[in-house]
Amino acid sequence: MFAYAPAPESPAVVDLRSHYGLFVGGEFVAPAAGGSRKTVNPATEEVLAEVAEADAADVDRAVRAARAAYAAVWGPMPGAERAKYLFRIARILQERAREFAVLETLDNGKPIRESRDTDVPLAAAHFFYHAGWADKLRYAGFGDAPAPLGVAAQVIPWNFPLLMLAWKIAPALACGNTVVLKPAETTPLTALLFAEVCRQADLPPGVVNMVTGDGAVGAALAAHGGVDKVAFTGSTAVGRQIARALAGTTRRLTLELGGKAANIVFDDAPVDQAVEGIVQGIFFNQGHVCCAGSRLLVQESVHDEVLDALRRRVARLRVGDPMDKNTDLGAINSAAQLARITALAEAGEAEGAQRWSPPCALPERGYWFAPTVFTGVSTAHRIAREEIFGPVLSVLTFRTADEAVAKANNTPYGLSAGVWTEKGSRILAMADRLRAGVVWANTFNVFDPASPFGGYRESGYGREGGRHGLESYLA
Amino acid sequence: MVATQSADGAGPVGGDGPTGDAGPVGRGRPVGGDGPVLADVGRTDRALRGFLHGLPGVDEVGAARRTAQLATRSVKTTAKAYAVDLAIRMLDLTTLEGADTDGRVRSLCAKARRPDPADPGCPPVAAVCVYPSMVATAAAALRGTDVHLASVATAFPSGQAPTAVKLADTRAAVAAGADEIDMVISRGAFLSGRYAQVHDEIAAVRRECGPAHLKVILETGELGSLDQVRRASWLAMLAGADFVKTSTGKISPAATTPTVLVMLEAVRDFRAATGRQVGVKAAGGIRTTKEALRYLVLVEETVGAPWLSPRWFRFGASSLLNDLLLQRAKLATGAYHGPDYVTVD
Repeated sequence: MFAYAPAPESPAVVDLRSHYGLFVGGEFVAPAAGGSRKTVNPATEEVLAEVAEADAADVDRAVRAARAAYAAVWGPMPGAERAKYLFRIARILQERAREFAVLETLDNGKPIRESRDTDVPLAAAHFFYHAGWADKLRYAGFGDAPAPLGVAAQVIPWNFPLLMLAWKIAPALACGNTVVLKPAETTPLTALLFAEVCRQADLPPGVVNMVTGDGAVGAALAAHGGVDKVAFTGSTAVGRQIARALAGTTRRLTLELGGKAANIVFDDAPVDQAVEGIVQGIFFNQGHVCCAGSRLLVQESVHDEVLDALRRRVARLRVGDPMDKNTDLGAINSAAQLARITALAEAGEAEGAQRWSPPCALPERGYWFAPTVFTGVSTAHRIAREEIFGPVLSVLTFRTADEAVAKANNTPYGLSAGVWTEKGSRILAMADRLRAGVVWANTFNVFDPASPFGGYRESGYGREGGRHGLESYLA
Repeated sequence: MVATQSADGAGPVGGDGPTGDAGPVGRGRPVGGDGPVLADVGRTDRALRGFLHGLPGVDEVGAARRTAQLATRSVKTTAKAYAVDLAIRMLDLTTLEGADTDGRVRSLCAKARRPDPADPGCPPVAAVCVYPSMVATAAAALRGTDVHLASVATAFPSGQAPTAVKLADTRAAVAAGADEIDMVISRGAFLSGRYAQVHDEIAAVRRECGPAHLKVILETGELGSLDQVRRASWLAMLAGADFVKTSTGKISPAATTPTVLVMLEAVRDFRAATGRQVGVKAAGGIRTTKEALRYLVLVEETVGAPWLSPRWFRFGASSLLNDLLLQRAKLATGAYHGPDYVTVD
């Protein structure tokens, strides 16, 4: 038997502190009220560190620091000078990549293979990409004198803590804005390590500020009258609240919310690669991906063939210790998320869909959910309508391209979609008709800083990345 | 035949089907009068074209992405020790030079039997692979061992000779003692769509092999796309190949991981369709242990245990063995030996 020996990445590369303060004006400071919150490793339920809990006063202090830095230093600075800082940050992220990858995996539960090969390299790439724009904004197509907005309030989710930070901070700084960022309450550690990187890069104090805490902190930050721009990535419910709070103000808002993407496999698809794409679509990052391909639409004539191949492939996924370099599927990020996934999967069974998981032993401690495939799902089932945000795939069938489009678009969301076919003209025709911000052709869950990302309808508005993403941070 | 059936399943398969640790295997290969597999697929150009072009396509970007992902698998400590020994046991130790001499072939055979003279625990390789003119020499040197004797044939490496010459080439190699024949397909005929010609030539060589094992070299570096690799694999299997093999080693690129991935998918699907298991040989350009381990990971995660034996997966290489031996010694002693501690070929 050829069995991989355990290959655990060493946590020793990370210098974890027992307590983290807020990052305001270039310094780590204690919160006004002195509160804190424990952040745990979801794979073991062990406490990693205590992180300061901000309140409204702390948010106000951070916004003032950002405003001061914007007015005195960052706003007036020539783009070419700003670019130097961004390049420096990008290089430091690369130099300290292993540290970031290990810390991300410890705090989030995602496999080290993904944090090492996807999250951290892409985060660095976003800084490199936007560093290149900083002195060329006049040529981005938004007028010949594009100006920064001022202070940006940014609230990010727990599924890609460092990568979402990069998506938010890199374009904001490149365009001349300063930021106050709130990382998710369960995954603040890589953001706080990034704060250290800002100091290491000699970024002027106040250009980047971090306030940690729960949703109340995010709400206070988003509603703060001293900011000029709010950018939020997270659930549609919270996105609505923020939109409501900002309605009638002059503050700009971009929202990147949920999704229920259709991954559409036609009968002339390259089957083996389509199966890889389905797996990448729904099991990447334990399915904690807003653009996850959570609805598989497979043409009826190849349903059995594709499902057989899919089950064979899913049975080979290696579920377990996220720190093991050979792990494919790590831990669910929190007990609350695990409860939500469990409840929706049970609803799927109760509504009559057939549930399948490969035999796999899950660790006893920590939050785990086996990769799950539901067949016989109808568009009326909850698991075909609600965002599960976990490793759960719902399989539906279609007979014609029209039916595929109708089913794919039959959702209030519109973030992403995938099309698998060897016929180029069909790809273009489908992409035209699918209401989704991103349509992947013969691939899925592939990202690049040069490619804009964002949604339709209840998946939000605004684009992040690429030339289009700059617009959100320019007046 | 030089060798007898070996205990570990690396033995050649006569008419009596595969044995050893090969796992569950279907019926023995069809030879001569057994009738063709997938008999409902006609053997005319038109029928073969319909069948081969009806196979699912291969997305090259996706295949490369999958193999790149598998290349990150960490194979260390006990897994590495197992894999290094397995790779040695899967090796077709090859010399295919115009300058080959009897002495060089005898030396290679000695190395094949005892790759590491200092360590009797080191397993022998699967086979020695030589030109037909060297088969008699190699047969004498390998007599009484479990090491197989493979000969390239059919106007290797170009395949540019009349069919009668190719058959004579094969016959001579088998008569001289080869129990494995590595033939090349007519790439020109394949690329111009003369599938029946390629099929019939393989089938004819298959008959000429008698009890010897037939490996069909697709020369994937000349086929132009992974779609073609999949089609050529199926065509060879339809014609009775025991193994499909990537390359002659004379053309670059030779073996690549996406190519071998597609060939593994083909043999997996062929077994599911017919019950007959076909082996895969990755040949050419594999020089380091690290590369060899990547192929073993590819086998493990694509087709799994049934193919993880010398009976069903082979490496065709010459310089790979020395690197495997150096790595093996490193695992055993904790220190790298210099290149002077392994034999030059």
